[in-house]
Amino acid sequence: MTEPTTAPAVPKARSCPFLPPDDIAGVRSAAPVSRATFTSGDEAWLVTGYEQVRAVLRDPSFSVQVPHALHTQDGVVTQKPGRGSLLWQDEPDHTTDRKLLAKEFTVRRMQALRPNIQRIVDDHLDAIEAQGGPVDLVKTFANPVPSMVISDLFGVPVERRAEFQEIAEAMMRVDQDAAATEAAGMRLGGLLYQLVQERRANPGDDLISALITTEDPDGAVDDMFLMNAAGTLLIAAHDTTACMIGLGAALLLDRPDQLALLREDPELIGNAVEELLRYLTIGQFGGERVATQDVEIGGVRIGKGEQVVAHVLAADFDPAFVDEPERFDITRRPAPHLAFGFGPHQCIGQQLARIELQIVFSTLFRRFPTLRLAKPVEELRFRNDMVFYGVHELPVTW
Amino acid sequence: MKITIDRDRCVGAGQCVRAADEVFDQDDLDGCVVLLVSRPSERLSAEVRDAERFCPSGAIEIHDA
Repeated sequence: MTEPTTAPAVPKARSCPFLPPDDIAGVRSAAPVSRATFTSGDEAWLVTGYEQVRAVLRDPSFSVQVPHALHTQDGVVTQKPGRGSLLWQDEPDHTTDRKLLAKEFTVRRMQALRPNIQRIVDDHLDAIEAQGGPVDLVKTFANPVPSMVISDLFGVPVERRAEFQEIAEAMMRVDQDAAATEAAGMRLGGLLYQLVQERRANPGDDLISALITTEDPDGAVDDMFLMNAAGTLLIAAHDTTACMIGLGAALLLDRPDQLALLREDPELIGNAVEELLRYLTIGQFGGERVATQDVEIGGVRIGKGEQVVAHVLAADFDPAFVDEPERFDITRRPAPHLAFGFGPHQCIGQQLARIELQIVFSTLFRRFPTLRLAKPVEELRFRNDMVFYGVHELPVTW
Repeated sequence: MKITIDRDRCVGAGQCVRAADEVFDQDDLDGCVVLLVSRPSERLSAEVRDAERFCPSGAIEIHDA
């Protein structure tokens, strides 16, 4: 859209890399539902209040199939809705398809993965110890661990794992044109097609094989469904968890008082991970929706066809949700933060992510009690331009 | 306190099981909520209220008697 806009730009600049953009609290306290101009140049609704963000994300009046991507320069939407893709599906198809996948991600099933995840974490930390410091924790640990966990779960052959990771990263960049994102998507499609054919011919105990053999009276689970589902889950599981590991480690190393609490009481790990998730809420640009009918949110009327950004990061720092939101405190009683989103689209892999993060942080700081940053925080490069916030590299030593 | 669940709304996020595993479980066939106790004791009421508040899809309803 090219019509002139008057709404203020959505705040993006952070003076503290571990806190939300400087001006977002002001926007929220002035009006939790307001007009803003986004990166694409479009003007739309910006929702920053905790209760209002929950209301948007749970209201069936909003569709995920937005006409413009507000958080990118060119605003082009590259993803196409299809059976099994979840992120781009609306009700009732979304919940129908999600239920075919959700049984693979239950709390019980994810708990059963603990020994396997612990082994993957231990192997990587062994290699880091053998190599000696300083090392880049993103390259040696934060990126490969989630990639290995989800590739294991999916039965991706070892020799193709590096390629999956590279494509996942290419697809999440926002500082490139739509053609580049689409090209990465095509490559991923090719890889997934091969994977699905291999599992059909030779089923194993992996998730794709489980989906192929799942009870499916409507016949929804065809090749396209499997590729859409696997693609969405792979991309979602790689980048997000990797970002949380790198950024979470950076934050804990920057707050020795909190790290000391965790060392004194390892049982705090569950609470610590919830506070890391809330405090860092890495989906930094929020969730995009479009109203399919006139709807009221927080007393504001949003018209049919208007776009909305549910800013989960701003919401997780709403003082109406938590006391002293800018205080990082791993002893807080866990509250329903929005780091995994909310509503029917809330992250299907959240129980896996929690377990991975719990194992990662408890093992990392136990194995390397003298771990410290090898570069001051001010010199770290942060992922300001990426859908998921994080650190590009994290040099550490011990 | 009496609990009712709506399996059609449930998306199998597992939040209720994390909050109150003596009251809620997940079905192995579709990941959806299974109610283990419909009238939980007072001891569990805080956990059950958490489960309702954490549930992303509004599948849990609490009726105070």
